[in-house]
Order: sequence, then structure tokens, then C-alpha cells
Amino acid sequence: MRTPGSWRRFEGYAFVGPFLLLYIFILVYPLILGIGISFHRADLFGARQWVGTENYARLLADPVFHQSVGNSLKLVLLIVPPLTIIALALALALNRPTKTAAVFRGIFFSSSVLSVTIVTLIWRFVLTPDAGLVAKAMQALGRDPIPFLSDPNLTIPALAITTIWWCIGLPMMLFLAGLQQIPGDIYEAASLDKASRWTTFRRITLPSIRRTLILVVMLQTAAQLQLFGQAQLLTAGGPSGTSRPIVLYIYEVAFGRWELGYAAAAAELLFLIVLAVTLIQYWAVTRREPER
Amino acid sequence: MPSLELHDIRKAYGDTLVLDGVSLTMEACEFVAFLGPSGSGKSTLLRIIAGLETPDGGEILLDGRRIDQLPPGERDVAMVFQHYALYPHMSVRENMSFGLRNARVAREEIEARVAQAAHVLEIEEQLDKKPGQLSGGQRQRVAIGRAIVKQPKLFLLDEPLSNLDAALRLRTRVEIAQLRQRVDAALIMVTHDQAEAMTLADRIVVMNDRRIQQVGPPMEIYARPANSFVARFVGSPAMTLASAVLLPGDGSFARVRLGDGAEVETRVVASGLPADAPLHLGLRPENVTVTAPEAGTTKAKVELVERLGDRTLIYARLADGLEVTAQDEGDSRIRLGDEIGLRIDGGAAHLFGPDGAGHHAEPAA
Repeated sequence: MRTPGSWRRFEGYAFVGPFLLLYIFILVYPLILGIGISFHRADLFGARQWVGTENYARLLADPVFHQSVGNSLKLVLLIVPPLTIIALALALALNRPTKTAAVFRGIFFSSSVLSVTIVTLIWRFVLTPDAGLVAKAMQALGRDPIPFLSDPNLTIPALAITTIWWCIGLPMMLFLAGLQQIPGDIYEAASLDKASRWTTFRRITLPSIRRTLILVVMLQTAAQLQLFGQAQLLTAGGPSGTSRPIVLYIYEVAFGRWELGYAAAAAELLFLIVLAVTLIQYWAVTRREPER
Repeated sequence: MPSLELHDIRKAYGDTLVLDGVSLTMEACEFVAFLGPSGSGKSTLLRIIAGLETPDGGEILLDGRRIDQLPPGERDVAMVFQHYALYPHMSVRENMSFGLRNARVAREEIEARVAQAAHVLEIEEQLDKKPGQLSGGQRQRVAIGRAIVKQPKLFLLDEPLSNLDAALRLRTRVEIAQLRQRVDAALIMVTHDQAEAMTLADRIVVMNDRRIQQVGPPMEIYARPANSFVARFVGSPAMTLASAVLLPGDGSFARVRLGDGAEVETRVVASGLPADAPLHLGLRPENVTVTAPEAGTTKAKVELVERLGDRTLIYARLADGLEVTAQDEGDSRIRLGDEIGLRIDGGAAHLFGPDGAGHHAEPAA
């Protein structure tokens, strides 16, 4: 017979157990398996041959991989800063208790619920050089259409615009939540302290949502380093790999060339890049000011 | 020259009228308390003076200058907020200098003023800390300091003591009393605590139901309440109001009969009272003392005994069901359920007419 005391000790595990099991089987186990595979020459049918660090050595010398890492970093730089600024601006504009603001919050968030397939379809209609919305507008102005999806200099900006449009909802909501945490009386104190709108934003609002800002930048950096669907569907990585991000490279290696071990090694390197970038960001923004 | 003048201030939120034609004139360097229950409009009035709310009508002048059209920062007022409203990510020093920097005051001047204020408020040690590292009392002082350095013409204090525990409240009360000695400005404090208002203010503005009920020095408010609301609201425990009937008589002072038949001889001039109208007799606890059952003005049964040490408060019920608060010696032996006599000091009693207006005893010649 179990005593109530011993039951209490296991009660907590009963609650987290189902999640923990799922977490282990879906995330922890594949992660470890992936590390293992990255040291093998492996294909999709289960053949495994231990090669040590050969996959990693090859990757570090692979110009196509280098190009994809560069593309991913470019995408992050083109997406995260504008996304953060636009999301913050929208949140500031819509942080009011009116019905109109609620409607606009819904509209701006609605793009986030679309799947990547729909999003790329929509943006294809906009960007396609022969019949897209932008092309029509350019024609109306008497200019040549812009080849967004085929000019190597324009594919990454096109991906960035699509991604910003798609991803704006969540950061905007996070900023709205952050803004609503700021007590109203410190704004009143600031107005009595003769603070201009800009001073109020810079000295009151921005420091108050600093944590949200860090969170948004870190989440978006980690997410955009793993950008995949838009690139695959909109440009397929082309032309000549100029818009191929890391995950698309991993996908092509694993499921196009069936080199599972090599792809796993690339995935592990991506994991390290994401980890490093987010840790550096965290360190950079938290070292200056000890939290109270 | 008057410092603050309010002329016919009106404010409504939608259909709810919160201020209905409030007018007030403050003297230079005067300390005025807005006293009233929640919802009486006192905080709204303070926020209108600060510029945080816009009145629907009326004018506000400060030192002769019309300010109700100006933004809060241009009005020459400083406010201490109920929850302090310190900027959490700024140090105490930055909190105090923020307003001066926005007003483009010279750096040396800012430093001098902050140092001076920190010195008098004894927060020099805290200048480089964040508000989150301070105790409630220290935060309160930083909030006061932030107001002082601006050298405003008018200080506005919104329930400055309500967030503090009892011991700190007494200390801060002393600090606010000192503040008014130090500054060359008028002060307005909003409070629902009559003890704060009585001890600190030169004049009290009693507010209720969107209007000013009475304006006067604390003792006048206590001794000559303008109406039955003020009489009940100021003084603790509250004044007993007993239904009474004016008895015909030839004396110049009113004689009334209470519901249980007891008769009380007041020193309220009878000619000023409305004839044949129901009145209320107002009795402060100190004007009702306990006697032997047959020796007093009337008889009552004890329902609650509160021993305060120096005195004892007796809550008793008369034969007609009226509850009366009486006062007895500190070592009173009266117990729950006792039948006692009550001696009513009619000379100190108040009478309130059917409209609630107060009529008070003539001072003894």
C-alpha cells in the first residue's frame, strides 16, 4: 500500500511526465542521434560507416556551405532589425484601448497564422516580374519590372520582405504585452517632468521594455537563421545558390543527395551558430546593467 | 496675492458628473488638504490642477497666470504620486534630475539642487541606487525630492501616506510638515484620512458627491461642521446623529426631544432653526458621558466596549433603537450588556436641519 507521503513525492512527475516523454523522444533523442550520425557516412536506408570528423572537415572547406551560411547571416541582418523596429512601431501605434486599434491588431497579427505555402504564394503574386503587383505598378510608372526572384542581388531582399510580412504578428504582440506592463503613472510623472515625446520614448518606454526587446531580437535571430520554407518555395535557393540559406542546404544534402551524415554535421554547425549568436546577444545586452 | 485659484471647475466622464462647479482660492504658501471618501472627486480635482485631466469647464490660475490650457510640464507644479511613480530604470539621482534636464537647467545648478534635496531628505547614500533597491519610505522621500528640486509654485501630494505602514506613516507625516516649512510654495494634499488632514493642513477642503462641502481650518471643520456629511466624516469615531424634535419654548436656545423621549437643552440659537421641521442632534463621543442608570439624560444598553487605554468608547443603544457613541474613563468597568445612563452635554451639541445644514452652539459668554 502506498502512503500519501510517497504518492506526493511522485505527484509532480505525473504532471510533467507526458511532456517529458514527448520531449525526450521528439527532441533530445533525435538531437543525440543527429550528433551520432554526423560522425558517420550515412544514407537514408540506414547504412552507417564511422568517418570521425571527416564530415565537419569537408563542410568547413565546402564553398556551397560557406555561401549558405553567408546567405543566412545576410537574411538575419536584413530581417531582424527592420522586423523589430516595425513591430515596435506598430505596437506603439496600436497600444490604445480603442476598437479601431483592436481591429488593426487583429489584421497585423493575421499574417502570422498563414502557412508558409500561402505566404509565398501571396508574395509570388506581388513580386513576379511578368504579372506581379510590383511589376504592374512599375509599368504604370513607365519603368521596367524589377526581377525580384531572379536577380541575385534582389532575391535575399525579396525573401526578407516576405519574411517580415509573415512574422510581424508575434513580435508586435510581445511588444504590446510589454508596453501594457508599464504603469501609467510614470508617464504622468514624465509629462509633469516636461519630457518631450521623444525623451519619453527613449528614457521611459524603451528601458521599460528592454527585456521584451532582448527576447524579440533573440527569438527572431534564432528563427531567421533557420529560415527555410520561403526560400525553398519562392526562389528554390537560386539563382546559383545566391538565396540558399543553411537549412535549405541541409535539406538538399539530406534529401536530394542522400548524404545524411554530411547533412547532420551541417545541422550541428547550424545549432552551434544559433547558440553562439544568441549567447553573444544575451551577453552584449545584459553585461552593461545588472538587473535590479 | 492668492496662489491657486479654481473657478467653477466642472468635469464629467461620459454621463457621470465627477466635479460640479468647484471653486477655491488658496493663499500664498498655504497647505490645503482635499479630504473626502473615495469617489468624491478629490483626486480628479488634483489631477485637473496638475494637467493630467482636462476639465470640461472652468479656469485655473496659479500666481495670477492661467494654467488650465498649459501642458503639465509648463504649469510650475510638482506632484508626488500615490505609488511614487519613480522611473524604475533610473538611479535616484537621475530620477530627481530628469525634470530639470528636460527644462534645460544648467548642469551645475541641477547637481546643486539634487545634492541639497538629498541632504535634507537624508537620501544622499541612496543617490546611485535604483528605486527597486529602496524601502517604501526611501522611495517616498525620493518622490518628494523629485518634486522639491523643481522648485515649483505648487506641490500636489496624492495620498502620500496611504502606501506606508503605520510607524512610517507617522514619520512621513512629520516629514511632510517639515517640507512645507522648507519650501516657498503652496501645497495641496489629497487624503481620505482625516487625521492626516487635521494634523498637516492650514485649511481642509471637505469634498463629497462632486462638490466642496466645507472649506475651513481643521478645528473649525471639527467644531462647526457645515452639514451632517462633514459632521459624520470628520472625527473618529463618527458623530452620533439622533432624530430630534424642536420643543416650543421661550428661551433663546433650542430645546429638543430625542426619539426615546429624553430632552436636551442646547446652546444653539433657536431663531435660526426651521420651525416644525425634523432635526438631527449631533453628538460627539466626548459630549456623551456614562452615569448611573437613573442619573443621566437618558438610558441605554451597552453593545460594544472599546478600551483605548486613556479612554473607553462605549457603543450603546437607546430605548428607541438609536445607536450612541459615548466616552468613559480609561479604567471604565462597564461591560457588554450593561444598562447605563448617558449624560448628554447639550451645550456642545450640534443641530442639523432637514437640508443637513449645521447649526452650532454659541460660544459661552
